[in-house]
Amino acid sequence: MYSTLADFIVGEIGIIEEIPFDSVPLKLLEMGCLPGKEVELLQIAPLKDPLYIKVNGSHLAIRKETASLIKVTKIKNLCDILKS
Amino acid sequence: MRHSEVINVALVGNPNTGKSLLFNQLTGLNQKVSNYPGVTVEKKTGIAKLDNKTKANITDLPGTYSINPSSLDENIVLQTFLSIDKSNYPDVVVVVADVENLKRNLFLFSQIKDLEIPAILVVNMSDRMKKKGISLDIELLKKELKSEVILVSARKRIGIEEVKKAILNYKKANTLKIAEIADRIDASFFKELKEKFSDTSMYKAWLLITQNHNLTSVPEKFINRINDFKTDPIRLKKMQNRETILRYQYINNILKKTYEVNAEEATGLRHKIDKVLTHRVFGYVIFATILLLIFQSIFDWATMPMDLIDATFANLSEWTKNQLPAGVFTNLLAEGIIPGIGGVVIFIPQIAILFLLIGILEETGYMSRVVFLMDKIMRQFGMSGKSVVPLVSGTACAIPAIMAARNIEGWKERLVTILVTPFITCSARLPVYAILIALIIPQQRVLGVFSLQGLALMCLYLLGFTAAITSGWLLSKTLKVKGKSFFVIEMPAYKIPSLKNVGFNVVQKTKAFVFGAGKIILAISIILWFLASNGPTAFKNAEETINKQVENTQLSQEDIDHMIASYKLENSYIGIAGKTIEPIIKPLGYDWKIGIALLTSFAAREVFVGTLATIYSVEDDESNTIRQRMEAEINPETGQKRFSFPVGMSLLVFYAFAMQCAATLAIVKKETNGWKWPLLQLFGMTTLAYVASFITFTILS
Repeated sequence: MYSTLADFIVGEIGIIEEIPFDSVPLKLLEMGCLPGKEVELLQIAPLKDPLYIKVNGSHLAIRKETASLIKVTKIKNLCDILKS
Repeated sequence: MRHSEVINVALVGNPNTGKSLLFNQLTGLNQKVSNYPGVTVEKKTGIAKLDNKTKANITDLPGTYSINPSSLDENIVLQTFLSIDKSNYPDVVVVVADVENLKRNLFLFSQIKDLEIPAILVVNMSDRMKKKGISLDIELLKKELKSEVILVSARKRIGIEEVKKAILNYKKANTLKIAEIADRIDASFFKELKEKFSDTSMYKAWLLITQNHNLTSVPEKFINRINDFKTDPIRLKKMQNRETILRYQYINNILKKTYEVNAEEATGLRHKIDKVLTHRVFGYVIFATILLLIFQSIFDWATMPMDLIDATFANLSEWTKNQLPAGVFTNLLAEGIIPGIGGVVIFIPQIAILFLLIGILEETGYMSRVVFLMDKIMRQFGMSGKSVVPLVSGTACAIPAIMAARNIEGWKERLVTILVTPFITCSARLPVYAILIALIIPQQRVLGVFSLQGLALMCLYLLGFTAAITSGWLLSKTLKVKGKSFFVIEMPAYKIPSLKNVGFNVVQKTKAFVFGAGKIILAISIILWFLASNGPTAFKNAEETINKQVENTQLSQEDIDHMIASYKLENSYIGIAGKTIEPIIKPLGYDWKIGIALLTSFAAREVFVGTLATIYSVEDDESNTIRQRMEAEINPETGQKRFSFPVGMSLLVFYAFAMQCAATLAIVKKETNGWKWPLLQLFGMTTLAYVASFITFTILS
């Protein structure tokens, strides 16, 4: 199921499917945020923005606005987290 | 003397890799800070002795994630490697990597390698490997990267000698590029590129094409060819993205064979600390507490050394006057130069404490959490979470703070940050605040803990901060600036700060401030002394005039001397200037003497105290401290103290808001490429200061 990183709940993990290259700066990619990589939402700031993610070994904070452009397939959702 | 060889070394690496610590360990105190020509980016260079006849001239380049720059500081790295200036071109590059983030660090390394320059990979923080469950096959990594790889712990001084040895042997290092990805990005494009630019490496040619807009100087032989090679920007960006993906693929393949991490051990503590420090309640409480502690400490810890410095210089001035033969030179020394130097030295305790505390916050990794916590809030005021760093650094000095705003990606957010930062209470305001608070606020304690004077100081900080965010909000609503905002920040692992790093930083920053601002303050002190000790005819005839006035009175010689001194000051050049502006500042509660201090403060605020010191010491020969002299000053119209509560408050408000720093205006002009924004700052802030002081004085009196 496709969704964007902005729809994630803390603890959920997904695989990045697509990043629109023309609207996201090169810097984000260079810091390791690339298609095919696993991304985990570690934390959301108290005011719901920005998001603290772990992607490709890097710990980064990005704004929701950017996260909503990143298409992701969830591989571990809230149900799995609750089960384990 | 034996001929010694010098090897030029460039130190590059991601932020938070311990690059600066390695630099400090390699060079010791043998370093200097200057500016890159044309830009105000700090250039840190140092000398390391490699063996008896060889030295390394090491340049610590700004931290960056990629050779493709996204800020002015990062652009320096690109310029260094593409520069025409051969004398600056490094013989060898040392790339510092953090073992925990090796993948992302190798991205930069692979770019450097492709420049076909000798490069050494230094993998730092080896002492954390065991704790983080990391294992690394160095020999295999060397083979895969076709490069020298050294495992070090800069913090524990492990491996430093090996780094020196590798630099010494740099000629043996190969210049092979490692990532053969060009054909997979776009074979035909790179074939043509290679043909056209056969006299340089392919990667350099690629950078010349893609980063042309970021380069200030391009070797002449390339200019025409670059223009001929115009490519559709969308196609270029696509190729850059493809390059990034392929580089990571290549790195992943290498790390699969050489790098292993036991995930169980990797997380844990970091996650727990994050949960607390960015908690929706505790996060803000902790941040507020830390700020409060900073303010209390600069006032409490710095008071004693500052009083000591104040008294020492007053004594020195008196001693000079008594020991040296009377004359113009002695007066210049005792009334101009010594109080002038004293006015600079008195800053050192507060500035050093501020730089120390801010340095610790940055080193631990806490500052990034604050950025994360504050981004949404700061956006309401037209800024970014990253504006917190300039705003907090602004409590030391607006100049480095405005330069720190370079890390903000969006132009509008960056501009707003630059414009409002001077409202933040900088250390130059502190001596003004300190002396005025001491004069008008009683030395009491509230609830037995907080000093009333400390609380007053905190209110002034809050006033400055409120002015900054309010004007930020106003500017964000009114400014019409194009450009998208973007935000990404690394959340580094928590670290115990290195005392050496923090210490070096404090010494360097304090030195830079004292010598930079010190020159202005000293020059102004001397000019002031001259303007206060000379004047037109009325000044020269002062003794006659006063002697005539007191002919039939019973005044003591001491009183007469005092009257002469006052009369002289009033009729000196500076007195005339002060008198001229007196009508304008009278509604604020000031007299012409304060007027003089206000005028000189437009060069730099801290001059206020020195100016009053000079004025009152010209007038009053008994050498007391500045504070005692100000306390004794009487307003002849009311017979009350000159520095009464309403006047003191009005002055405090004026200094909180007014844009009185020539050096800051100069830096804003540089950072915004023109006079438009600094002039807006100067007039906007000063008008606000005038109106607010007028209201304060009117209400209180």
